[in-house]
Amino acid sequence: MWRRVAVYGPSLSVRLAIAGFHEKGIMSRRLHARRLEGIDKNIWVEFTQLAADYKAVNLGQGFPDFSPPSFIQEAFCNALTGGFRMHQYTRAFGHPNLVKILAKFFSRIVGREIDPMEDILVSVGAYQALFCTFQALVDEGDEVIIVEPFFDCYQPMVMMAGGMPVYVPLKPREGRGPALTSADWVLSPEELASKFTSRTKAIVINTPNNPLGKVYQWEELQVIADLCIKHDVICISDEVYEWLTYDGAKHVKIASLPGMWERTVTIGSAGKTFSATGWKVGWAIGSGHIMKHLKTVHQNSVYHCATAAQEAISVGFQREYDVFGTEDSYFHQLPITLHEKRKRLADCLKSVGLKPILPQGGYFMIADISNINVDLNDPTTKEEPYDYRFVKWLIKEKGLATIPVSAFYSPEHRDQFQKYIRFCFVKEDSTLQAAENILKQWSENK
Amino acid sequence: MHNMASIKHKNAKRIEGLDKNVWVAFTSVAADPSIVNLGQGYPDIPPPSYVKEGLAQAAMVDRLNQYTRGFGHPTLVKALSKVYGKVYDRQLDPFKEILVTVGGYGSLFSTMQALVEEGDEVIIIEPFFDCYVPMVKMAGAKPVLIPLRLKSTATTGISSADWVLDQEELAGKFNSKTKAIIINTPNNPIGKIFSRSELQAIADLCIKHDTLCFSDEVYEWLIYKGHEHVKIATLPGMWDRTITVGSAGKTFSVTGWKLGWSIGPEHLIRHLQTVMQNSLYTCPTPLQEAVGRGLLRDFELMGQPDCYFSALALELKGKRDRMAAMLAQTGMTPVVPEGGYFMIVDVTALNQDLTHMGDDEPYDYKFVKWMIKEKKLAAIPVTAFVGEDSVKQFEKYIRLCFIKQESTLDAAEAILKNWNKG
Repeated sequence: MWRRVAVYGPSLSVRLAIAGFHEKGIMSRRLHARRLEGIDKNIWVEFTQLAADYKAVNLGQGFPDFSPPSFIQEAFCNALTGGFRMHQYTRAFGHPNLVKILAKFFSRIVGREIDPMEDILVSVGAYQALFCTFQALVDEGDEVIIVEPFFDCYQPMVMMAGGMPVYVPLKPREGRGPALTSADWVLSPEELASKFTSRTKAIVINTPNNPLGKVYQWEELQVIADLCIKHDVICISDEVYEWLTYDGAKHVKIASLPGMWERTVTIGSAGKTFSATGWKVGWAIGSGHIMKHLKTVHQNSVYHCATAAQEAISVGFQREYDVFGTEDSYFHQLPITLHEKRKRLADCLKSVGLKPILPQGGYFMIADISNINVDLNDPTTKEEPYDYRFVKWLIKEKGLATIPVSAFYSPEHRDQFQKYIRFCFVKEDSTLQAAENILKQWSENK
Repeated sequence: MHNMASIKHKNAKRIEGLDKNVWVAFTSVAADPSIVNLGQGYPDIPPPSYVKEGLAQAAMVDRLNQYTRGFGHPTLVKALSKVYGKVYDRQLDPFKEILVTVGGYGSLFSTMQALVEEGDEVIIIEPFFDCYVPMVKMAGAKPVLIPLRLKSTATTGISSADWVLDQEELAGKFNSKTKAIIINTPNNPIGKIFSRSELQAIADLCIKHDTLCFSDEVYEWLIYKGHEHVKIATLPGMWDRTITVGSAGKTFSVTGWKLGWSIGPEHLIRHLQTVMQNSLYTCPTPLQEAVGRGLLRDFELMGQPDCYFSALALELKGKRDRMAAMLAQTGMTPVVPEGGYFMIVDVTALNQDLTHMGDDEPYDYKFVKWMIKEKKLAAIPVTAFVGEDSVKQFEKYIRLCFIKQESTLDAAEAILKNWNKG
C-alpha cells in the first residue's frame, strides 16, 4: 500500500503527511516506534531555549549558578591526572571506588549492610536511574501510581515502558487556613488507598518533592509503605534532594521502614548532592533481586558511565563520610546556605503580591500567581495553560525565567493547577538580587 | 505474608533473556595483573594531552559543571558539524542533525528505541559487536543474521578484505518487515572496511526495500594505509535513511568518557532526541566541552600528519603489523584488519586438544579460558559476536586488541614466542 504513494501523487502524500505517516517522500512507512507516541514534547527544551534567547535572569531550570565545593573540583582534577585508567572504561555497574563508598555511606544511614556490587547501580544522573527502573520493572498494562505534582519525566517514562500512570494529588490540608508551607500539602490516605489495584506495579514518590518542596514525614511514608506491602507493590523513591531540608525537617528514607528494603528502589544524584549537575552521575540502590533487572537495562543501553567523574565523587563521599554530622560537612553547610536564600526569595515574592508556598526541602519554591493581573496579550500562546502564558510573558517582558507548575501535573489535572509558577532559589546572591530588582520594579510600576 | 521473591518483582518482558553478556564472563580477568590482557577493547596508551587539559580547564568554569543543552552541548555539536560537514561534504545542522549520547553504545540504543519496534526485522551482519542483538530484542524486534564469509582458501596472508557478504544471500534477507540493516565499518571484530561497491550493494537493497540503515562507524579514523573509509550516508539516496554513529572514546582514546553521537537527517534524529529526553536527558557538560575543543583543534589539522585522527592510525599500523607477525610465528593464522584496533586469529593449526574441557561451550570459549589459565594471555572468543547458526564457522577464531603500549605487546610477544615450548 505504501509504495503506491508516488503513483497517486501529491494529494495522497499530503494526507499521509498530515497523518504523520511519511516524512520526506523518501520513506513511505511510519518511521518512529510507537513507544514514542505522546512523549515527544518536553518543557525543558522549550523553556531553557526561551530563557537563553531572552537572556533572562534564570530562576527556572534547577541547577546552581555557583560552583561546586572546591574539594570536589580538586577531586576531579586529581582524577584526570590519575593515570590512563581514569580515561578508559571502568566497571559497568559502577566504578568500584564509588559503589564501595556509597554502600558504606548509605549503610550507616539506612541501618543495614548494603552490598556495593549487588545492591547499587551507578547511572548517568538520577534521570537514567529512573529510566532503568521503569524499563526494568514496568510492562504493558502495568499501573504506576504517581503523586502529583511530580517531576515531569515520570509520566513519559511510564508511558514509554508501556505502563499506565495513575495519579494521586497532594492537596492543601483542609480547615487549616491558607496552605503556606509544603507541609500543609498532604495525601488523603483513603484516596491513596483507592488508587491501588491488582494491576499496580509501582508507586513513585519524590521526597523532598520537586516542585512543591514537601518532605514526607515518617507517618506519611508509613501509610504508603503499608499499602505497598498490602498490595505487593514496588516503591520507587526519588530522593535526589535528600540533603536539602530546612527548618529542622528530617529526610526519611522509605527503604528503612520495616518490610520496605526488599521492595524499594532509592534514587540519588551526585549532581544535586555536590552542586555539579553537569557531571551527570546518579545511582539506584535497592535489594539485589530487583537491582539485577536495572543492571540488565543498563548493560543494554549505555553500559558504562564516565570514569573520572565517578572517581571524583567517590572521593567526595569519602570526605563527607569522615566529617558527617560536623560543621565541616558540605551536607551540613549547603542546606544552611540555601535556607537563607529560601527565606530571601520568599520574602521578596510576598512583598510583590505573589504568594509563595514555603518548601521544607529541595531546590524550589512555588508561588500562587492568582492575585496578579497582567494583560497576556501574546497571540502565540493563546491556546496554552495560563501559567505557561504567564511564564512566557514574564521571560519576554520582564526578563525573569521561571517554570509553569502545571507542567508537573498530569494531562488530566493540568487545568486545575494553572495558577502556580516555580522558582529555583539555588542561585548566587547576585542572581537573587537581580530577580528581586525585576520584581520590585514591576510591582512599583503596577 | 508476602514472599520476598514476589512474582510482581519479576523483570519486564523487554529484558527477558538479555541479562547474559560475554564481558561479564571475561572482565574479571582484567583485574588479575599477571595476565596480559588483549581482550576488552580499550587503549592502555594515554589520550592526547590537549584533550585531558581541555577537560581540566572546562572543569574550572562554573557554568560547565552544570546542565547543558540536552541534545548536545553547543560547543560540541558545532564542532561535530564542522568536522563531519567536511567529511560528508554537506552542511550539517548542529541542532537538528546531530545528537550527542553516552558513547557509541548510547547512540545505538537511542536509534533502536526510536525507530525499531515489535513486528520489525533488523538485519545484522556477523560477526557483530555483541550489543546489536540484545538491543534489537529489547526493542521488540527480530534480529536476522547474515555472516561474512571467508572467500580465500590461502593459509597465510589473510586480510579482513577476504571476508565478504554473499550478495544473493544478503538480498534474500530483506523482506517487507525489514526495518533496518546495521552495518559496522570498520568492523569489530574482523576489522573489515566495507568498500564503496560493497556499500553500494547494501544501499541498493535499502532503497529497493525502503529500509533504514544504521551505520556504526566508531572506528572511522582507524584506517590503515591503502584503505578508504566510505560513509554509506554519502551514497545517493542514503542520507535520508541513514543514522551514522560515532564515538569520542574511540576517536580520542578516551573510552572512559563515554561520549558518542548520531548523525542523520532531521526527520530521523528528532525521534532519537525524543528517546534522549526520556532516558537520560543530557550528557556530562565538561566532557562535551573538552571533546568539542579537541575536535576543533584537530579539524584545523585535518589532512596533515599532526592530526590525531590520522596520527593514531599511523601509530597503530605498526602495532597491527607487529601483532600479526607475533601470531603467525606460533602457527596461528591472523586476519590482518584493514581498520579498527582488533585482530582475529584462526587457531586451528595449533591443533590444541581441549576435549578435557567438556563440550557445552564452543571451541573458542574453551580456547580462551585455557589460554588465560595456561598461557596468562587474555583474548575474546569470536563466537560471542555471532548467532548460534554461525558458531561452527567462527569457533576457531579469537579476538585480540592491539591498541596497547609496547610493553604490553612485549609481554604478549614473550608468551607467544614460548608458545610451542609448552
